[in-house]
Amino acid sequence: MHIDWLHFTPVSSLLGGILLGIAASALFLNSGRILGITGILEGLLTPKSEDSPWRFAFLLGLFAAPWVAKLMLPADLLHTQRIDANWAMVIAAGVLVGFGTRWGAGCTSGHGICGLSRLSVRSLVATLSFMGTGFITVFVIRHLL
Amino acid sequence: MQRVIEFMLGLTFGLGLLISGMTDPGKVQGFLDLAGAWDPSLAFVMGGGVMVGLLGFGLAKKKAISFSGTPFHWPETANIDRPLVLGSLMFGIGWGLAGFCPGPALVAMAAGNDKALVFVLAMLGGMVAFDRFKKRDN
Repeated sequence: MHIDWLHFTPVSSLLGGILLGIAASALFLNSGRILGITGILEGLLTPKSEDSPWRFAFLLGLFAAPWVAKLMLPADLLHTQRIDANWAMVIAAGVLVGFGTRWGAGCTSGHGICGLSRLSVRSLVATLSFMGTGFITVFVIRHLL
Repeated sequence: MQRVIEFMLGLTFGLGLLISGMTDPGKVQGFLDLAGAWDPSLAFVMGGGVMVGLLGFGLAKKKAISFSGTPFHWPETANIDRPLVLGSLMFGIGWGLAGFCPGPALVAMAAGNDKALVFVLAMLGGMVAFDRFKKRDN
C-alpha cells in the first residue's frame, strides 16, 4: 500500500463530511427522521401518504445540489468524476446496490453515518460488511482481473 | 415551512457529498483500493460526519420530541440477522464495482451524468426486485 497523495483531499473531505453530519443531525432533530437514502427511496416506491412529502422535499434539495454548487462554489472545491466502470458493470452494480441496500435495510448514509452516530451495533456490522466486500471487489477488479 | 427545511437539508447533504468527493466514483474506489494507490479521503468524510452526528443524535436522545413536534422515529430493529449481513455484503460488491452508493449516484444523476442515470435506474430495479422476492418468500 502507498498513499495516493495526488488525489488525497483531507480538508474538503472533512468539510463535506461535517456537512453530511449536520444534515443528518438536523433532519433527525427537526423532523424525527433518519437520513437514509435507501429508506427515503423505499418510502417513495411504496408510498404511505403521510410519509411522502418530506421525502420528496429532501430529494428535490438533493437534486438541486449540483446546480447550486456550480453557481456558488469555487470550481477547485469540486471533484471531477472519474468513472472506470463500463456500462455492463454500471448496470450490475446498480442492481446489486439496490437489492443489497433494501435487503440489509440501509446504505452508507443510514447505517454508515446515522447508525454509527447512534452507536448502533447493528449498523456497525452492516458498515463493516459492505466496506469489507467493497475492499475485496476493488482488489479483484483492479489487481486480479 | 417544514418542506422548506427538508429541502434545505437535502441540499446541504448533496453539497456535502459533492464537496467531500463521494460523488466521484474514482475517489470511492481509490479509498477501497488498499493494495494500490490508496486515497484515505473517505475516512475523513466518515469521521467528519460521525463526529457531528454523535453530537446531534446524542442531543436527540435527551429530548422527548423533535423540534417540529413529531415523535422521533428511532429505528426499531437492533438485532443482527442474516438479511442485514447478506444484504450489506451484496451492497458492498456493487459499491466497489462502480464506486457509487445511492446518495452520490442520485446527485451525479441530477448533474446530468449518463452512467449515474443508468446506475440509478438499475438500482431502482434492484429495489423493486427485492420487494417481489420478499413478497414471494412470505
